[in-house]
Amino acid sequence: MRFMVLVPASKESETGKLPTAEVLKEMQKFNEELVKAGVMLAGDGLQPSSKGARVTFQGGKKTVTDGPFTESKELISGFWIWQVRSRDEALEWLKRAPFGKSGDERVTVELRQIFELADFAPSDPGGDILRKDAELRTRMAK
Amino acid sequence: MQELEARRAIDAVWRIEAPRLIAGLVRVVRDVGLAEELAQDALVAALEHWPSEGVPDNAGAWLMATAKRRAIDVLRRRKTVDRKHEELAHILPTEEVRADEGAIDDDVGDDLLRLVFIACHPVLSREARAALTLRLLCGLTTDEIARAFLVPEPTIAQRIVRAKRTLADEHVPFELPSRAERAGRVASVLEVIYLVFNEGYSATAGAAWTRPDLCVDALRLGRVLAGLTPEEPEVHGLVALMEIQASRLGARQTADGDPILLLDQNRALWDRLLITRGLDALARAAALGGARGRYALQAAIASCHARARVAGETDWARIAALYGLLSEVEPSPVVELNRAVAVAMAEGPAAGLAIVEGLRDVPSLAGYHLLPAVRGDLLARLGREREAVAEFERAAELTRNDRERALLLERAARL
Repeated sequence: MRFMVLVPASKESETGKLPTAEVLKEMQKFNEELVKAGVMLAGDGLQPSSKGARVTFQGGKKTVTDGPFTESKELISGFWIWQVRSRDEALEWLKRAPFGKSGDERVTVELRQIFELADFAPSDPGGDILRKDAELRTRMAK
Repeated sequence: MQELEARRAIDAVWRIEAPRLIAGLVRVVRDVGLAEELAQDALVAALEHWPSEGVPDNAGAWLMATAKRRAIDVLRRRKTVDRKHEELAHILPTEEVRADEGAIDDDVGDDLLRLVFIACHPVLSREARAALTLRLLCGLTTDEIARAFLVPEPTIAQRIVRAKRTLADEHVPFELPSRAERAGRVASVLEVIYLVFNEGYSATAGAAWTRPDLCVDALRLGRVLAGLTPEEPEVHGLVALMEIQASRLGARQTADGDPILLLDQNRALWDRLLITRGLDALARAAALGGARGRYALQAAIASCHARARVAGETDWARIAALYGLLSEVEPSPVVELNRAVAVAMAEGPAAGLAIVEGLRDVPSLAGYHLLPAVRGDLLARLGREREAVAEFERAAELTRNDRERALLLERAARL
C-alpha cells in the first residue's frame, strides 16, 4: 500500500529561505534510508506560496488569487510517496523523519493513504473514465 | 502505551530493522543460525520492555546492543574460541547505542550485501534460498512464508533450518564474492528475487491468481539490492522488469478474482508511477552497458506494452525482435513460444503458428499448459475452431491454477 506524507510549510520556508546545509544533510540521510529500504517512490520540496496561486471555483466562475498565502500551517512545503507493507510501517518510518530537532520547533506532519486507481471502480462501472485517464497518463509519460 | 499498539509498532520496527540486525550479527558471530537466534532474543526483549517503556527513539541500536550483549553470554557459555571473544570485545565498546543511529555507514551496507549473498548462496537449492531470503531479508515469519508459498509451515521451518545447517557445514564465508565469482553470485541472487516476485505475480497453484504482497516484498528487495550494488546493470534490469510488471497488479483480475489477460486489461489501472520508475531503471541498466542482459531485455519487452496507450498501439515487431535477442542470450523454448505470440501479432497468426509447430515435440514443454493455450489461440484466429477447442481443453488439463483453468474452458466453450 502507498502513503503520501505531507510536510507543512513554516514561516522560514514561506520566506523562501533555503534550509541550512545541516538540515539538508539530515534530510538527505533520511531519504537515503528510505531509498535503501525500497520504500521511497517519490518525493520533492515545494517553493514558497508566493510563487504559486489559488484558483477558486464557484457558480461556474473562476477567480485567481496570487500567492503568498498567510496561513502557513495550511500550506504544504514538501511531500513523499512511500510504498510499505502496512500503516504501522509507514508510521514507523515517519517517526524517524528529522523534524522538530531544535528546541521550540513544533511540526505536525500528516500521513495519508493513497487511493489506488482500482478503488475508483465503483464510480466508473464501464471503465470509460479510467480508460481515458490511462491514455492521458501514457501521453504524459512519453 | 496501549499493549496492542505497542505490539504493532514493534512488528513494524522489526520488519525495518531485522535485516540490518541479522547482517550485523552475522559479521560478529559468523553463523547465520546463531545470528538469527540472537536477533529473535532481542525481539523477545523488546516485546517485554517496549509495551511499558515505549519504543526507544533509536530502536535499531537498542535491538543491536541487546543482541550483542546476549551474543557475549552465549559465546562465553559455549566457550568458543578466544578469537571470537577478542572480536566481540573489540567491537562492542565502539558500537554501543549511538545517538545518531539511522546514519548510513558503509559497514551496514556491506553487512547487508554479504547477508544477501549468503542467503542466496548457490550451495542452497532455489527453494531454500527463497525461504531464507524472505526470512532474513524481508523480515517475514515462517508462517507468512508458508502461506505465501502455499506449503505447510513445518516444511518451511525445516527448509530454513536445513539451509542454515548447510551454510554452516559448507563453511560458507561471510564475505563479498571475489571479482571472479561476482557475476555468478549476483545471478544467483537475482534468480531468487525474481522467483519470489513470480510466485506472487502468477501464483503457480491454488485459487488466487496473484499474491501482491509477495510481489512488493520482492520489488522492495530488488530496490534495496540496486542501492547496494548500483554498478550492476542486471540488478537495474530486474528492478525495471519488476516495477513495470507490478504496475499491472491492479489490472490483472476482475473484482471476482478472474484473470484478465494483458491485452484485455484496462490500462487506466496500470500504475504510472511504477512504470516511470521501471523505465528509469531500464535506462540505468542500458547506461551501464546492460541493455542485452536477460532481465533488461524482458524489461524492454514489458516497456513496449507500458508505452502503448491502447493494446492496438503495441509495437509487436519490436517485441518480436527483443524476444529474438532474448533467445540468443538465454535459448529456451518458453522464450520461443513468447516470440511466436509476438510474431503472430506483428505478422499474423500463420507466421506465429509456424514457430509454435516447431515447439510441439520439445520434451521440456510437454507438460507446459501455455503451449496448447497459445496454439489454441492461433488456431482459433485462423478459423480452425475444432482443433482450437481441443488445445484449450488440453491446456485446462495441464494448468494447476484454478482461475486460469476456468478461463481456458470458457474460451473453449465460446468457440
